[in-house]
Amino acid sequence: MIAVASQSLLALTTSVNGAAYELRVASHETLLDALRDRLGLTGTKKGCDQGACGACTVLVDGRRVLSCLMLAAQCECREVTTIEGLASDGELHPVQEAFVRHDALQCGYCTPGQIMSAVALLAEGRAGSDAEIREFMSGNLCRCGAYPNNVAAIGEVAGR
Amino acid sequence: MNGTFEYVRADDVAAAVALVSGDSEAQYLAGGTTQIDLILKDGVLNPERLVDITRLPLRGISLRGDALVVGALTTMEELAAEPVLDVRAAFVREALLAGATAQLRNMATIGGNLLQRTRCRYFRDPSVPACNKRTPGSGCAAITGPARMHAILGASAHCIALHASDLCVPLVALDAVVHADGTDGQRTIPLTEFYRLPGDRPDLENVLAHGELITAIETPLLPAGARSGYLKVRDRASYEFALTSAAVALLIEDGVMTEARVALGGVGTIPWRAAAAEEVLIGTAPGTAVFREAAEAAIVDPFTVSGTAFKVELAKRTIVRTLETVAR
Repeated sequence: MIAVASQSLLALTTSVNGAAYELRVASHETLLDALRDRLGLTGTKKGCDQGACGACTVLVDGRRVLSCLMLAAQCECREVTTIEGLASDGELHPVQEAFVRHDALQCGYCTPGQIMSAVALLAEGRAGSDAEIREFMSGNLCRCGAYPNNVAAIGEVAGR
Repeated sequence: MNGTFEYVRADDVAAAVALVSGDSEAQYLAGGTTQIDLILKDGVLNPERLVDITRLPLRGISLRGDALVVGALTTMEELAAEPVLDVRAAFVREALLAGATAQLRNMATIGGNLLQRTRCRYFRDPSVPACNKRTPGSGCAAITGPARMHAILGASAHCIALHASDLCVPLVALDAVVHADGTDGQRTIPLTEFYRLPGDRPDLENVLAHGELITAIETPLLPAGARSGYLKVRDRASYEFALTSAAVALLIEDGVMTEARVALGGVGTIPWRAAAAEEVLIGTAPGTAVFREAAEAAIVDPFTVSGTAFKVELAKRTIVRTLETVAR
């Protein structure tokens, strides 16, 4: 059992985008703040910061979660994947390419969360129809209204 | 200071229970989707210590005879993927997938779902002084102020806050049982006896003692041949709490309903089992007239304010529609 007082920092070992990190985080620090402010991974966005918009979506052990509602301390020995971890060898992830091709964004603020959520949705096998994509992407809001292009981009990667 | 706390990661159930039971300012932390929001963002909860239980071995689903035993830390997505639900309790999966979003369902646990706090916006806003649930004896801003997403059944003059769980609606229809560990040992509590009506103490929401930990939820499955369904009526098509909902299971043999289960969401201060509706249905042939009679029996003496009065008829129609769908 580990216990860390509210005033002191907690030693945290975690993997982010395949690299191991030894961090010191506050007990009340969210994964979102740790990613942005301690690791400089600002691709993950702080939208509502309250679990309503999906802009902060990342993968933890391969599952999509909201990093604004998860304590960094809970990520001990977990594998975190952010938008910065999708491209490999300078090649965009197929979902990133499809978002570009379909112009599936306007201001772009929600886009990292949309793409992380879409990557997970495809792995979950939930891109069987446009209706299914809409339902299982409903946790990612886009105030510019790029939804039709998001759905088209995801559907294309799904091979539909 | 608000929003700071000691963080403790528990290694075993007994240690976790001892730690929280012995400290009135300590709370368990599981998926955190309601709790972190209420602590860090809304400033409603202010624990001095959070005991992280997510590494405890309380995850997983197993069959025990004709019942499904679900570890308290099983996530909503994990339970929704359980194949046996297809044929033996489809309305559990439908309710799970009607709730929240994939991201939240990957975090939120089944034990935590039972204990989720109300979405009443007055409860969630400490700048509103009157909330008997947050500050006992301070009054109820929802009864005097604008209220729409609130309860009409089980309410009192002290509180009309809604229990917003979808999952609990079919679970209460199935006579699910809560397994809990405390310093006095283990016990089981029927879900129908787990929640307290608000009465004059809306701050007391269930029968658990401080520090008692939900370890599993055990739910009987429906008899072979029974059909079930969950209908959620809401302001937008996805990612929204219910205005009204109904969980229905029917076993129809030789044209007669020999078993009927009806429970309601979006209307109760607790997940609402509509036993009176079931009594109307059992032994009769399915049909719109008897469905309407059951719906009338389900909604008796509603406690409404101007913003929630529409729920009385909407809830009845939700019941009828769900019964028609399941009986078809």
